[in-house]
Amino acid sequence: MSMLDDNLLHADPSIDVHPASGGARPRRADAFGPTPLQREPARTIFQKGAPGRRAFMCPPTDVPGVDGRELLPARFRRTEPPRLPEVSEPEIVRHYVGISKRNFDLDSGFYPLGSCTMKHNPRLHERVAALAGHARLHPLQDAERAQGALELMWSLQGALAEISGLQHVSLQPSAGSHGELAGVLLTRAYHEDRGETRHKVLTPDTAHGTNPATVTMAGLEVVKLESDADGGIDLDDLRAKADSDVACLMLTNPNTLGLFDPNIEEIAAIVHGAGATLYYDGANLNAVMGMSRPGDMGFDIVHFNLHKSFTQPHGGGGPGSGPIATSERIAPFLPRPLVVREDDGTFAFDFDRPKSIGRVRGFHGNYGCFVRAYAYICSLGADGLKDVSEAAVLNANYLLARLQERGVAEHLPLAYGKLCMHEFVLSGGPMKRALAIKTLDLAKRLLDFGFHPPTVYFPLLVDEALMIEPTETETKETLDAFADAIAAILAEAAEDPQVAIGAPYTTPVRRLDEVAAAKHPVIRQALD
Amino acid sequence: MLQAIGVGSVQEIFDRQIPEAVRLQRALDLPDGVGEQAVYEHLRTLAARNTSAEDELSFLGAGMYDHYVPALIDMLTERSEFLTPYTPYQPEISQGGLQVMFEYQTAISELTGLPVSNASSYEGPSAVAAAGYLAKLHNGGRRFVVSAGLHPHALETVRTHAHGYGVEVVEVALRDGVTDPEQWARAIGPDTSAAIFAQPNFYGAVEDAASLSAAAKAAATGEALDAAGGPPVVVAQVDPMALGILKPPGECGVDVAVGEGQPLGNRLDFGGPSFGFFAAREEYLRRMPGRIAGETVDVDGRRGFVLTLQTREQHIRREKATSNICTAQALNALAGVVYLAWLGRVGIVELGELMLARTHYARERLAGLDGVEKLHSQPVIREFALRLDADVAAVKRRCALDGVNPGVDLQALTGRGEDRGGLLVAITERRSRADIDRLAEVLGVAVAAERGPAAGGSSIGGPAPLADEAVSV
Repeated sequence: MSMLDDNLLHADPSIDVHPASGGARPRRADAFGPTPLQREPARTIFQKGAPGRRAFMCPPTDVPGVDGRELLPARFRRTEPPRLPEVSEPEIVRHYVGISKRNFDLDSGFYPLGSCTMKHNPRLHERVAALAGHARLHPLQDAERAQGALELMWSLQGALAEISGLQHVSLQPSAGSHGELAGVLLTRAYHEDRGETRHKVLTPDTAHGTNPATVTMAGLEVVKLESDADGGIDLDDLRAKADSDVACLMLTNPNTLGLFDPNIEEIAAIVHGAGATLYYDGANLNAVMGMSRPGDMGFDIVHFNLHKSFTQPHGGGGPGSGPIATSERIAPFLPRPLVVREDDGTFAFDFDRPKSIGRVRGFHGNYGCFVRAYAYICSLGADGLKDVSEAAVLNANYLLARLQERGVAEHLPLAYGKLCMHEFVLSGGPMKRALAIKTLDLAKRLLDFGFHPPTVYFPLLVDEALMIEPTETETKETLDAFADAIAAILAEAAEDPQVAIGAPYTTPVRRLDEVAAAKHPVIRQALD
Repeated sequence: MLQAIGVGSVQEIFDRQIPEAVRLQRALDLPDGVGEQAVYEHLRTLAARNTSAEDELSFLGAGMYDHYVPALIDMLTERSEFLTPYTPYQPEISQGGLQVMFEYQTAISELTGLPVSNASSYEGPSAVAAAGYLAKLHNGGRRFVVSAGLHPHALETVRTHAHGYGVEVVEVALRDGVTDPEQWARAIGPDTSAAIFAQPNFYGAVEDAASLSAAAKAAATGEALDAAGGPPVVVAQVDPMALGILKPPGECGVDVAVGEGQPLGNRLDFGGPSFGFFAAREEYLRRMPGRIAGETVDVDGRRGFVLTLQTREQHIRREKATSNICTAQALNALAGVVYLAWLGRVGIVELGELMLARTHYARERLAGLDGVEKLHSQPVIREFALRLDADVAAVKRRCALDGVNPGVDLQALTGRGEDRGGLLVAITERRSRADIDRLAEVLGVAVAAERGPAAGGSSIGGPAPLADEAVSV
């Protein structure tokens, strides 16, 4: 096995050399006592401050005095102010800077979370999104005085159409799952418009959980499709289930195993032959930009995750943005309004869309995300986007190769296939049987090595799954260090599985009791 | 790297996996990439072609408001530790984000007077639709009764979503600016899943929330109700900035309070991203949509936070989940809770009283102009509706020449005939008395010019000419 680089590790004060094992490993709390962050008890902003402290200075009342109780009668009034914190500005800053240090983040280290595309977020995007002309633009500003914003949206619509191969784009949905919901509602509207009632949606067993959840919200019924031995759609199962009740097949391609389905043309033919539509979950678009387009594969509807493929900061769980693109036959049903360019070259909102499913949210979508995605597309251009997918796939395959070296492969075999696209899924089943540590333990031990773990226990059809997406913005050195860490943890587990089972040791808190949290939910700070 | 993989080129990796027929055989038809400086200049040029709240004296509102966002919010939301992680799937290294969610939930719970809050929803109108879905899961009713005082975008969003989950939407009209209580009570029956209103409503009027809630519960009684699965869930779409002085929904019999969080420390951003908030009574906890942070302890007994009640969620429950939300609005919710801490217990009340006083001043001042009258006389807190005896779009164009944006053209937004001539004016702490006086001056001149016979004006209440341009919102 390969060992961690001693010089690198010695630069990090949280790392200690264990002479007994002949190698280096992150130190353990039981050997050194709690870290400074572990010694600091978690106190919320509501437990800080004192009566009378404040940060906000209210502008003076500059209008003639009228008794507020006349303007708003007592029966409408709150009797006690909300018990918000009473803190000064320095206290607020110190509090939130303090708790920020209890977060791991992409700017600090490798974050190979599968299907999440944690690629670098250029700071330029934050700068341009913060320009007052974007950031302080009111959504109900008259279109003729928001021409820059409309042009940006129109250009982004065009770029997404070109990248997806589907010509009609609505930017409105707020996130991937919201785009999915819009997409399934579009499918429904399309069939209803043709006088057909189709109530089933096919989703593969590898699908993201949002797919089946969306189907139910759209009032339709989920029918699961089996995967074949190679991890793709089982064509026989698809043929058997693609009947006249099927509205849609929702597919991710490459799928959540990181595999491009080689039968995609036939899948499209079967689905279309049954009169159903083909829906593309764009979560994995990072693998194929400029290489292959959902529209050319036969998809009717696609949603994008701007926060993934087009690099928005993920914000600790949002915001995101989930535009959708469709083929000609689905376009009349898109959410309204769409941005259009008039004959005179000006830009406008088109509300005159009588077959539209209507709005899926307020205003125009997450414009701030559009600014960032557009800036990204401008920076990269056609060649750059293709380079992104090439580098993402290269990095994933290199990391896969490193993790299929002797010492690792026997414990963490690749679940399906030989090569992968932008991500791959290993099975921790053999590791669990031979080394007595689970995928969860491996993930928790990785925390001590300074890495964010991969997505774990997904997709569901892989035993003890580890889903790894390195993205294109990581260096070979980082990929090697991660592979070395995995190898080191496996070697350590062969010696003593308890080390991983007890991990993590160096994080601000150690393993948390999630069962107790769900059993007796405490979801707010108790006051007074 | 290629050697380790065992291929001769990167292209080979693609060729071995993607069938040739679906490979793109040409370059994408997009411009070439350019450097950072050029991208900055391009985006700056586009920004300069927008008239933002920085460039004019703006009284636009209708769901999003130009409040002052303190500098410390920029500083905190730009910190890598908050900006660049994802959903806290690994709680041991995500305590910062999880604690923010826990604090946010506490603040929203305090504000709304309701015991449970999720960690954020996408934004206001879709949060209303999500509340409807909760009601449908809760009681299985077939109908939403919705006040016409709901934001028109919320109304349309509810319709879009309800069509999906198979619920009929019935709209109750307003009378003198507020939800018609008789029609409200009549519309609600045993098959009503949710009764939904806005507080203050879209026209700025403070609704009698307690009466609407009580009427909704009382209207749906009797044997039929027992068969139906329970009384309607009362949902209020609330303006969070009003809650410093307004009776909280939890004290008005409301079951679920939702709304647009943008006023709380989030910038306008042409409509998003912001956040939606979602708070409810305890009995709805296990049907809540979205992420929820909960308190627990680690193996050494330290206090810590985790995502909890995940058996509601899509990644566990799949088709049986209470919603499909995965990514929500964590960073925007961070701005929200920091803003509430910055305002503080006293500040949120002071700010509410200031808006109340200035809004009253502005309403009386503007309604005193010739050709301008109040659209209703109900109490208002931060926004009010006027009726102009002139074409609103034309008046707005005139005001724009003087650098003033007098507000939102009501009919353009609602499409309702009775809103013809309507102008919705919003006041924040950023609009001083001098600003309001300036608005009165400019609006008075513009209305006078547009209502002259030559301008084709009309008398109040009569038919006005339609705007001569496409609806621009």
